[in-house]
Amino acid sequence: MTTTLELEKTMEFAGVPAQDEPTEKEVTRKVAIICSKGSLDMAYPGLIMANAARMMGIEAMVFFTFWGLDIVTKNKSGKLHAGMLGNPSSPMPHSVMGLPGMEALATKMMKKKMDDLEIPDIPELLEILNDAGAELYSCQLAMEMFGLSDEDLVPQMTGSLTAMDFWEKADGAQVVFI
Amino acid sequence: MSTVMIASVPIEVDAEGFMTDPDQWTPGIAIQLGREAGIEPLTDRHWQVIDFCRSDNAARGTPPTVRRITKATGIPTKEMYQLFPKGPGILASRIAGLTKPKGCI
Repeated sequence: MTTTLELEKTMEFAGVPAQDEPTEKEVTRKVAIICSKGSLDMAYPGLIMANAARMMGIEAMVFFTFWGLDIVTKNKSGKLHAGMLGNPSSPMPHSVMGLPGMEALATKMMKKKMDDLEIPDIPELLEILNDAGAELYSCQLAMEMFGLSDEDLVPQMTGSLTAMDFWEKADGAQVVFI
Repeated sequence: MSTVMIASVPIEVDAEGFMTDPDQWTPGIAIQLGREAGIEPLTDRHWQVIDFCRSDNAARGTPPTVRRITKATGIPTKEMYQLFPKGPGILASRIAGLTKPKGCI
């Protein structure tokens, strides 16, 4: 009895491409990014990486958990701060960064730099991601913890997921935790 | 860098298949590159994007990013993904005979 595999081999040998088999296999890449921090410098990397993936035709999903929920919370999304305290890369000494108004100044400087480079602000970036077909999910447990409902989040959200839902959705994806 | 035949013309391309000399580009090449990317036929909206990419590249020396294309042409982000489903960030540039865009947005 001739197996399908043998038959395909024979056909290939005869110069006939195997039926129903695309000559070039299309593999759809997929990334799942977990955003767990709510500072400006932690929000941008995840969102920009997800958008870059979409621009290359890679499927992308972002999961916002814990402080990462701030990124997609309506009254916080546009007001994220650059967290410099506890950051060894801070350009200023911690004794100075801890003074009142310094965090606001650092945030302002970072936002100005972003604007000069034509980088969209966080609310616009979320709109771009949604338009680009990236899926945006909030963590159900973190929402319960912070007393948030779907109405508290930006309208671009795809929905909320449990941790186990996340792993199901992220099947086959490259996972990045931020 | 290598030479490939696109639309019966020998064309210089880089390792990722992006054309290295925008002057070698012709609309016929765009049609062929579009077909290879699964886009057929190229519509007026595709040509609007391609024309902008080429003129912006000529003016600034670098291909535009998706956000720059949407801002300048008024074509919404959503539509860009309908026009170039396999990745507007790279396909618009590739079909327009330009190098891979360097921007991240």
